[in-house]
Amino acid sequence: MSRSTLRYRWSWVDSVVLLGIIGFFGFIGYRVDTVLVYQWDWGFLPGYLFRWDEETQSLLPNLLVKGLLTTLRLAFWSIILATLIGFVTGMMRTSRRLFPKAFSRLYVELIRNVPPIVFIFVFYFFISSQIIPLLGLDTLDQRLGPTGQSVVELLFGPVSLLSNTFSGIFCLALFEAAYITEIVRSGIQSISSGQREAAMSIGLSRWQQMRYVVLPQAVQRVIPPLAGQFIILIKDSSIVSLISIQELTFLTLEVANSTQRVFEVWVFVAGVYFVLCYSCALIFRRLEMKLDSSRI
Amino acid sequence: MKENISNPIIEMSGVSKWFGDFQVLKDVSLRVFSGERVVVCGPSGSGKSTLIRCINRLEEHQEGRIIVDGIELDQDTQHINKVRSEVGMVFQQFNLFPHLTVLENCALGPVKVRGHSKKDAEALAMEYLQRVRIPEQAAKYPGSLSGGQQQRVAIARSLCMQPRIMLFDEPTSALDPEMIKEVLDVMIDLAESGMTMICVTHEMGFARTVAHQMVFMDEGRIIERSPPAQFFSEPEHERTKLFLSQILSH
Repeated sequence: MSRSTLRYRWSWVDSVVLLGIIGFFGFIGYRVDTVLVYQWDWGFLPGYLFRWDEETQSLLPNLLVKGLLTTLRLAFWSIILATLIGFVTGMMRTSRRLFPKAFSRLYVELIRNVPPIVFIFVFYFFISSQIIPLLGLDTLDQRLGPTGQSVVELLFGPVSLLSNTFSGIFCLALFEAAYITEIVRSGIQSISSGQREAAMSIGLSRWQQMRYVVLPQAVQRVIPPLAGQFIILIKDSSIVSLISIQELTFLTLEVANSTQRVFEVWVFVAGVYFVLCYSCALIFRRLEMKLDSSRI
Repeated sequence: MKENISNPIIEMSGVSKWFGDFQVLKDVSLRVFSGERVVVCGPSGSGKSTLIRCINRLEEHQEGRIIVDGIELDQDTQHINKVRSEVGMVFQQFNLFPHLTVLENCALGPVKVRGHSKKDAEALAMEYLQRVRIPEQAAKYPGSLSGGQQQRVAIARSLCMQPRIMLFDEPTSALDPEMIKEVLDVMIDLAESGMTMICVTHEMGFARTVAHQMVFMDEGRIIERSPPAQFFSEPEHERTKLFLSQILSH
């Protein structure tokens, strides 16, 4: 009996909305078909995913797959770096000391109030060009042995593009870490003061209260918004194409230009991004459910 | 009953505290001797919780002095941490750590503060869980325990630090009536073992049984302090009489 209240209801409003949607897409399809007179041709696509290499007699990734691999590496390392930075600055935001509090606040406000594209240019031209040589990353490829080179290549992609890739990682990580900072801060502040008081009353130091009582609970609470931010990060990774990081969007632009098959290429890449982000969402949902069920 | 008469374990003198413009404690002085059991009562907002929260520095007093076990509570963090490790506290809302099992809740302090090995700390934790009669729940998370069980775990958690003084801040106020007794029984056991205790509570039956001294507070002041026999039968002040008539009439 009670199940009937859970059933989805359908009213005439829904029918009207549905008809409207069908009509809209029908119109778009009609325009593309008759007005644009566009000849769809997907035949070129596989050739841009993989190419046959005569020298080694094997199938090698071509531009689009190379771009996807770079995007994956970029996203992976940025997520790790952004999470590390975000947790440190997030804890600084809740500090009682003025300097860490003011510093992390400044960082968050600077990044949140500058458009991402502008931040990326400023970062690339003024900061990244200083950091990369300072860490010796621009000459890393010359200092590595053959095994070192293949390890680095597996982790970070082509050795010749290393400094380029690192700029992209730093840039994306620093940008997203500002948002993670705020997520972590709200997570920490959502833990009731009673928890901290109980931790104090058994004699834990301020750092121990954070480390053993507040943070573990906060982490569990911030996993859903954190997962959301990671997916935003993956999508935002496309804007580092502007500083010539050769990731999926950058190479797609090249393919679109050289083949003139603009529609097919972008529709295909939209699908790739969707699959990538949606599978991440599914993985995080699983993780969340697992964490939920382990503690009762 | 009162050992060390010359040497109180808690000495508060002339303590005042404000929350903004509101003065919660007004020139409060209180001495508690080792082994003594004090029950603090009074209407809500009278400052009784704040008073005991000052003893382990969950609240900072602004005037006067508080000396606990020979250590003055001042701005020195080391002093504060030392006092906190000697003073156990039980809260109205239990405040167990929900992400840790009952056993881990109890062992956390001994491991991180006292530097015990995990094994020793867990043995200690089991000993005190036995004492609060709840050893079979050791592997569970606090969320699956009843209120009374949670409060007993909270008492065990405090005892694992082997404190010299125990503070109770309305330990039974958040409990369903049928669970109050199991918590009070544990507290009575503890009292009989000779623990120095300060309890803020409205459980007057408990007060009559265990208290050496009753302290009555109103509007941030200690109005009256006397042994329970005298306190309940012939209270000195009008305010105390009124309070007792309200609380004992039902």
